[in-house]
Amino acid sequence: MDKREKDIEKLKDYKYGFSTDIENIRAPRGLNEDVIKFISNIKKEPKWMLDFRLKAFERFKQLKEPDWQKPKYPKIDYQDLYYYSAPKSMNDKPKSLDELDPKLLETYKKLGIPLQEQARLNGIAVDAVFDSVSVATTFKDELTKQGIIFCSMSEAIQKHPDLVKKYLGTVIPTTDHFFATLNSAVFTDGSFVYIPEGIKCPMELSTYFRINASETGQFERTLIIADKGSYVSYLEGCTAPMRDENQLHAANVELIALDDAEIKYSTVQNWYPGDENGKGGIYNFVTKRGLCKGKNSKISWTQVETGSAITWKYPSCILKGDNSIGEFYSIAITNNHQKADTGTKMIHLGKNTKSKIISKGISAGFSDMTYRGLVDINSKAKNSSNYTQCDSLLMGNKCGAHTVPYIKNKNFDSNIAHEATTSKISEEQLHYCQQRGLNSEEAVGLIVNGFCKEVLQQLPMEFAVEAQKLVGISLEGSVG
Amino acid sequence: MLKINNLSANIEDKSILKDFSLNINPGEVHAIMGPNGSGKSTLSNILSGKKGYEISGEVLFENNNLFELETEERAHKGIFLAFQYPLEIPGVNTNIFLKTSLNAIRKAKGEKELDAIEFLKLVKEKARELKFDEEKLNRQLNVGFSGGEKKKNEILQMSMLSPKLSILDETDSGLDIDALKVVSDGVNTLRSKDNSFLIITHYQRLLDYIKPDFVHVLMNGKIIKSGGPELALELEKKGYENFN
Repeated sequence: MDKREKDIEKLKDYKYGFSTDIENIRAPRGLNEDVIKFISNIKKEPKWMLDFRLKAFERFKQLKEPDWQKPKYPKIDYQDLYYYSAPKSMNDKPKSLDELDPKLLETYKKLGIPLQEQARLNGIAVDAVFDSVSVATTFKDELTKQGIIFCSMSEAIQKHPDLVKKYLGTVIPTTDHFFATLNSAVFTDGSFVYIPEGIKCPMELSTYFRINASETGQFERTLIIADKGSYVSYLEGCTAPMRDENQLHAANVELIALDDAEIKYSTVQNWYPGDENGKGGIYNFVTKRGLCKGKNSKISWTQVETGSAITWKYPSCILKGDNSIGEFYSIAITNNHQKADTGTKMIHLGKNTKSKIISKGISAGFSDMTYRGLVDINSKAKNSSNYTQCDSLLMGNKCGAHTVPYIKNKNFDSNIAHEATTSKISEEQLHYCQQRGLNSEEAVGLIVNGFCKEVLQQLPMEFAVEAQKLVGISLEGSVG
Repeated sequence: MLKINNLSANIEDKSILKDFSLNINPGEVHAIMGPNGSGKSTLSNILSGKKGYEISGEVLFENNNLFELETEERAHKGIFLAFQYPLEIPGVNTNIFLKTSLNAIRKAKGEKELDAIEFLKLVKEKARELKFDEEKLNRQLNVGFSGGEKKKNEILQMSMLSPKLSILDETDSGLDIDALKVVSDGVNTLRSKDNSFLIITHYQRLLDYIKPDFVHVLMNGKIIKSGGPELALELEKKGYENFN
């Protein structure tokens, strides 16, 4: 095997599949009021926070697990999961990276996220979430000087209770659907961002989520508030060890943009997808919703979804402020036995609101992909518009692609355009590229990256390159 | 350079090439003429490595057994096919495609890959030579190109890669006189004592611009007659039907 072949061989393995042997503190197995109190207590939360959780739990008990989605999965026993798991060393609350357990630092280094000062070179502030807790946030001091708050959700609850109280649950209420409500009851950690009025955040903010412990659900909660006239670009990355069991990841992400503010939220999701026979992998059941609360505000979601056994999510925008803009750019790739049911919801409430949806789905192997999207233009949302483009690319003949658009327009001044295509990478295209000297993997990579280009362009520069590679790697071995 | 010995090809039990033999030496230009369905495109497909044919016989390229080489390996060794129907690849910039292709071949040959600046210098020079609209280099590969532009793009790629053996599969079909001139200029510039060409065409017209050393008439999968350039003129006068 020459070096290149070895490199490819290496890439074929899920390189984030290792696990870290670390001593954990866990909540008792199962889901009940005591477990919720345990979580709230270990995080030393104020009473209002516990009440928020318990209210959600009351509601949760009345809710039924939805089953309208295309990918079906075996019944999850919610009493058989752990809802809190954290490295024991985090209990002593290390004050700086120097005090952090070296095993944790090593883990993040292996993942390519150097938490120590060399992070400075990337110019990206990172919040690292390990199972149920945030272990470190970099660049905090620099950001604080501008009044920007970037910390773990647990810390925000302690230090910025007014902001959290004012906004938490305003976009995803505690009475929302099954998984979102479960999250409201048991969420553990996540990131909190507040950008003050008129400030353009000078660096990319990023959270890196890592599931390590087995039999543990990860329920992260992220809240981003962009005050009037501010701007922030935020990126999240996700990986998990290779395990034979399926693990549940049910996050809630709320974004709030006030007048003239803009939030750009990018996701590169590479949770463990299961093995090639479909054993193991993450259930990625996530609720992401942004509220364009103020006039002229803008929220833009970009997602590159390559991992997880099942991806089930619809990052959405509620366009409440007049002239507000919502965007959704998505690349979803499924290979082997992966399944995805993903898309977006654009709810137009304000006047002159605009939304744009660009979705690129690629399915290979035995996988199955559904784009599901809602465009809802309210009767008061005069002069609004939506443009949707939804393209699917099939590789081989054992995979599936489905497009399910829901379109509601309740006034006569608005217009909606929907375009959809389904295509296959043709033998002819491959032959053409190969005749020009590219091998079949390179040819597929080139064609697929071309297909995804409009979305890849939306990612911050540093991540676009990574994502481009990831797109190629995810489809390794899918031709031949 | 290229030795084809008793090549037969079937597709789904239909026999297309029958005991086809041809020998091309370095520096020679061969033209193959034949009516629709005579096996011309099958020949270029097989030489380039397209799958889906049942093949017997032998093809040697510089003493390598062609059938043991993958499509891209044939390209690395210097075989180029100008496609009859060049493919569109949406989202892929023409420049990027050209650079990826050129560097893949250079790398395989153990040559230094060109960086962006070196590449741009070269591609601009070649585009100017061929009067290829430089603005098109920044467009998606062949997307929205006219038939003539696609063919010119093939010739641009050919002159960028300077292959040892260029196969032109009906590159002249559907071209106006100006585009035909561009194609023939491309071939004539690359023509040398080392580089060979296999030109597949319906019409004699192209051969007014590119003077072949040999002309072969292909009918029902077999060469029925070979000769010099005068054979093309004779063919044009009589038509394929009356040629036998």
